[in-house]
Amino acid sequence: MSGWLARHLQALLFALGRLVRAPWATGFTVAVIAIALTLPAGFALLVESASRVSDQAATAIDLSVYFKLETPLPEVQQRAAQLRTRPEVSTVQVITAEQALRQLQQDSGLAAALAALGDNPLPQVISLRPSASASGPAAIDALRRELAAWPQVEVVQVDGDWTRRLTAILALLRRLALTVGGLLALGVVAVVGNIIRLEIHSRRAEIDITQLVGGSPAFIRRPFLYTGALYGGLGAVLAMLLLTFGSLLLATPVSQLAVSYGSHFALAAPGWREFAALLAAGVLLGLTGAWIAASRQLAALHPRFES
Amino acid sequence: MIRFDRVSKRYASGREALSGVSFEIAAGEMVFLTGRSGAGKSSVLRLIALLQHPSRGQVQVLGKDLSKLPQSHIPAFRRQLGMVFQDHRLLIDRSVFDNVALPLVVAHTPLADLDKRVRAALDQVGLLDRIQARPLELSVGEQQRVGIARAIVGRPPLLVADEPTGNLDPQLSREIMALFGRLRDAGATVVVASHDMALVRESGLRQIQLVDGRLADGGVAP
Repeated sequence: MSGWLARHLQALLFALGRLVRAPWATGFTVAVIAIALTLPAGFALLVESASRVSDQAATAIDLSVYFKLETPLPEVQQRAAQLRTRPEVSTVQVITAEQALRQLQQDSGLAAALAALGDNPLPQVISLRPSASASGPAAIDALRRELAAWPQVEVVQVDGDWTRRLTAILALLRRLALTVGGLLALGVVAVVGNIIRLEIHSRRAEIDITQLVGGSPAFIRRPFLYTGALYGGLGAVLAMLLLTFGSLLLATPVSQLAVSYGSHFALAAPGWREFAALLAAGVLLGLTGAWIAASRQLAALHPRFES
Repeated sequence: MIRFDRVSKRYASGREALSGVSFEIAAGEMVFLTGRSGAGKSSVLRLIALLQHPSRGQVQVLGKDLSKLPQSHIPAFRRQLGMVFQDHRLLIDRSVFDNVALPLVVAHTPLADLDKRVRAALDQVGLLDRIQARPLELSVGEQQRVGIARAIVGRPPLLVADEPTGNLDPQLSREIMALFGRLRDAGATVVVASHDMALVRESGLRQIQLVDGRLADGGVAP
């Protein structure tokens, strides 16, 4: 084993040993860090789940092209054929005035009243869905304006306002999650930093002796950095357990609520990717707090000749 | 090996602990630093160990002008020093082995070599059988010997001891002085601060005597 690795392993085991020897203090600190990590991570997971629904909805924006009443069906079908050749259009469906009337008679329960009408009052309609790559607000608006400019077209209706609202709300929530996450991350750094500060004070005699026998600042600082990283890492593991437990607990009621609104929304359970990200964040935050505290505190300590 | 050239040390409180002190200690020499409490012995040791800088004058140790030593070189410099403290300065939550091994651990000594050298140092001070004991399980004399083992385990070229026999009975004091003598014979330079004049006289060694922060006698190596 190389000397470098041995030194780091030694510092890691030393830090781990100190945490294990004080299980209650370690447990409380890890719990605080875990809660601070769970809140933004859970929020982010929720927003992520909603985003998936929103992304699916974003590609499901339909345009309904209503033709003028006098437009003959062959002309509408010719326009539909033109649209099918365009790459920015995914699906095209012609709804003839007769089909629309039959549907209305079936769905409305006004069959007798509609039959009393002499002429069919409904227009021919082309219903089209843009391809995923052309589902952005600007592309859809450009397509709408182009279709509206056709001489046979009465009006073009875009059925996607609610998805735009949902996207905006999700963007707001994402920003909110980032802000809350940032604040709680600062909280983790402060908690770990304060613990390391107290640890340095309680081990002043040991630090003194180590300095007197020639311990370098890096040698003295190393176990404190590992302590901070371990606090962050353990906090992340506990946060992951809390998130998994929480998502299992909420999955069924959330799904039932979504179904009652006709949605297939499902709460995303955290996976390995989320765990890796949470672990990295926890270790990094713990390390940052420990680094700040250790650098500041140790720089101010000078070995004492007398105890 | 050690050279003080018109060294003065004034503390923030205004007290002048040393005033124009000059002396030399040759490599391989063993000397006593004597004087009453407050005479300036500890200040001299602090300056040698680079725990403080002089207010005026120049301190040279191990061929280095300490005022020119960069901060980053101080740990390496201290690894060439063995320090023995009157109050032992042992880590009470560690075993005798861990206490003695500390200078080797900070110097990144390989584990196999570390074990051998710690045992050898403890053997020299007669404490090999207490290797797993904790400091609080030892007598004051044994604690002092652990402190000495820690100071010599790295085989430093310079050993600095502050009242190493202050808490010991005369017999143990003589044994410890004999141990220092053996280290000197092995090539180390030994500086012992002591106010035990009987022990100093008995040793027949040169004494650098301080009175109220001034050199009173013994400033020049023979």
